[in-house]
Amino acid sequence: MAGLHKSEFANPVVNWIDTRLPIFTMMQKEYGVFPTPKNFNYFWNFGALAMINLVIMIATGIFLAMNYTPHVSMAFDSVERIMRDVNYGWLLRYVHANGASMFFIVTYIHIFRGLYYGSYKAPRELLWMIGVVILLVMMATAFMGYVLPWGQMSYWGATVITNLFSAIPVVGESVVTWLWGGFSVDNPTLNRFFSLHFLLPFVLVGVVFLHVAALHITGSNNPLGIDVKSPQDTLPFHPYYTMKDSVGICVYLLVFAALVFFAPNLFMAAENYIPANPLVTPSEIVPEWYFLPFYAILRSVPSKLGGVLLMFGAIAVLFVLPWLDTSPVRSSKFRPIYRNFFWVLLIAVVVLGLVGAHRPEGVWVVLGRLATFYYFFHFLILLPVLGKLERPLPLPESISRPVIAGGGGPLPGGAAAKPMEKI
Amino acid sequence: MANSMPATEAGHHGGDVTKRDFLKLVAGAGAAVGVGAIAWPLIDSMNPSADVLALSSTTVDLAPIQAGQAITVVWRGKPVFVRRRTPDEIKTAQSVAQNTLADPALDSARVKPGKEEWLVVVGICTHLGCVPIGNKPTEARGDFGGWFCPCHGSQYDVSGRVRHGPAPANLAVPPYAFDGDTKIKIG
Amino acid sequence: MRIVRILSLAAALGAIALAPAIAEEEISYAKQKWSFDGPFGTFDRAAAQRGSQVFTAVCSNCHSLKQAYYRDLKGIGLENEAITAIAAGFNVPTVADDGSNAERPARPSDHFRSPFANEKAARSANGGALPPDLSVIVKARDGGADYIYALLTGYGEAPSSMKMGDGMNYNKAFTGSQIGMPRPLNDGQVEYADGTKATTEQMAKDVVTFLSYIANPEMEARKRLGVKLVLFLVLMTGVTYAVKRKVWADVDH
Repeated sequence: MAGLHKSEFANPVVNWIDTRLPIFTMMQKEYGVFPTPKNFNYFWNFGALAMINLVIMIATGIFLAMNYTPHVSMAFDSVERIMRDVNYGWLLRYVHANGASMFFIVTYIHIFRGLYYGSYKAPRELLWMIGVVILLVMMATAFMGYVLPWGQMSYWGATVITNLFSAIPVVGESVVTWLWGGFSVDNPTLNRFFSLHFLLPFVLVGVVFLHVAALHITGSNNPLGIDVKSPQDTLPFHPYYTMKDSVGICVYLLVFAALVFFAPNLFMAAENYIPANPLVTPSEIVPEWYFLPFYAILRSVPSKLGGVLLMFGAIAVLFVLPWLDTSPVRSSKFRPIYRNFFWVLLIAVVVLGLVGAHRPEGVWVVLGRLATFYYFFHFLILLPVLGKLERPLPLPESISRPVIAGGGGPLPGGAAAKPMEKI
Repeated sequence: MANSMPATEAGHHGGDVTKRDFLKLVAGAGAAVGVGAIAWPLIDSMNPSADVLALSSTTVDLAPIQAGQAITVVWRGKPVFVRRRTPDEIKTAQSVAQNTLADPALDSARVKPGKEEWLVVVGICTHLGCVPIGNKPTEARGDFGGWFCPCHGSQYDVSGRVRHGPAPANLAVPPYAFDGDTKIKIG
Repeated sequence: MRIVRILSLAAALGAIALAPAIAEEEISYAKQKWSFDGPFGTFDRAAAQRGSQVFTAVCSNCHSLKQAYYRDLKGIGLENEAITAIAAGFNVPTVADDGSNAERPARPSDHFRSPFANEKAARSANGGALPPDLSVIVKARDGGADYIYALLTGYGEAPSSMKMGDGMNYNKAFTGSQIGMPRPLNDGQVEYADGTKATTEQMAKDVVTFLSYIANPEMEARKRLGVKLVLFLVLMTGVTYAVKRKVWADVDH
């Protein structure tokens, strides 16, 4: 018949659907036989973990929304009702709240994996930029979600961050009034944050789809950073990586379960169990841990507009990263000098996180400025310059024959080549 | 997911097949158990919550209700009619021939023994759910002295049984019990 | 170079681990042993019941517990009749048939009644200070149960160098050492139903156990489920890893 897909599934029902809408063929192609580099290490699990995490957040979020009331006089109480009266409500709430932290843990590791192995370099620039969009949407979603329980931190965090937009010259104040729907964070703000918090995860699903689609056009990067040269370099995604991902999922769920069941309030600021009070500011306004590095960058300079620009700039540099890094080599495995600066960047980000958790006083101010300086230095100066000056190590011939081309002793015949040392 | 295993499955030796298959079975079974375990809390969260269950019974004080009077109370969000019948109404209710009823039921089965003057029925018409009128003597009660449903004309008698109209069943009697002589607990 | 990297990473991770401690206020207070500590902890029923007695006799005169219901007392082992009787001892607002404000005895399905009609009434009865609701107080303060215990037992004579504000009380556990709440617990203040000697420390321990239960009524079910789930996941990690190794056995990687 004209227009029908040619499918060859044994099951007649599956075949009938597939000839009309080839979703099974698509799943076979993209997650069944898809040729995947065979030398992934466990850092390649984290994209899949992020996807699972998104599903968990949407599922728990939908059931939470069945019981939550987005009105200033009832929001806090409705969350308490979920915790006390709704069957397994405490589980839904703790999974959702801790799931946000888990989401950022896996995503940050996923990003740093990309930074180390050069996954952002050609031809994966668009893939990387879509990823930065995912990060931005995640941050917006998490920020609005934290406001919903209407605790002290919810209210004051919302106040501080929305107030940032007043730094925009000329129209700043109007923008803030428009965001608030009033003259301070209040019921209109809470209502619209609930609506948008419900919406954005589904936007995220769409962007993640684009992210995976882009990935499947270029194919995955791998720890050696060299291109796939032949089918010998790859394995079908199923069963090799479905099984490897299953291991990763179990470990991830273990960490998640330890949090949810035995330390559910580890990441929750105690202040957020105090109902929001517009007349009393908490002694320390601190965002959730995953925002702390950006919070530190925001407060690193005395100028309000300057801080805002730097904070958004910290994400903007990520967008243009593929063009900042001039190295002809992807993986830090073969970049002996850059490799060390990767670690310095990681430490700088951790330091920024610590700085963000403290009042901007004393040693924390100096540390914050040093770490902020290093962050921008790393992306804007180090990467472009080092890429040109560094002498990379010789690249292996291929993934399945990771022998230095033209050097090294003869391989014992038939022996499987040992992979290059892992970091 | 993929229907057929790809051809590049690595070759396996005889003894390992059963071990690998057993492990795979355990892994698959574990995953299925896991998915089920995840689904249950989500589904159960939609069941009535503790605060809804706590309000699942209502106590009614009968003392202020006069003979021939009926009141409406709320139980589980629904109206419940509590009617104190006169001796004449009780006699009428008890002497209706069962074969004239669309939904045959003895009056004695719809009241508590020794407390025949008290009729407790859920005030929701069994046709399409409207609340029948007739609690006040000034309201229309239909031809049978009970209740009249203005939506589609169903009529109920003084035992809450349907006597006319499209309703298929009698007004439901909720579970209730007497707490002393002047109080009932519904639910 | 590698050792430098590893050391720097270890230092960073160490710093993260210490961060919560660093971020806290300077006040230090002792860590107590609680029946609900640890992955297998439970709420000591006797202590929680004594604590509920302390709460109703002392704390509830100023503090509300409005997220909790009287029926929650079932979770600390009280029977239905006892709960109905406790609830009936309190009056909650209702509307009379003529539309005026009235009161009726509370039922188990009611929230714990608030001692004051609204915030302004609470403040004016307490010198301008608002006694906070205690439903989640154990979660709403850094230090949790240990801090609340330290606060209840931290009253004493102010050092001569300190100038006390009007109506303020010295408490060494409170930030700034001056707190509006006068000392709530004194030896022998409550006659315990089970005969335990009601010292300040005992009452503090008991009422904190009770308040921890009120803040986390799901804790025992949560930990039980958690133990089962963690064991299951450890097993599944092992099984999936074994299958992964088998699947990958013939691949050189």
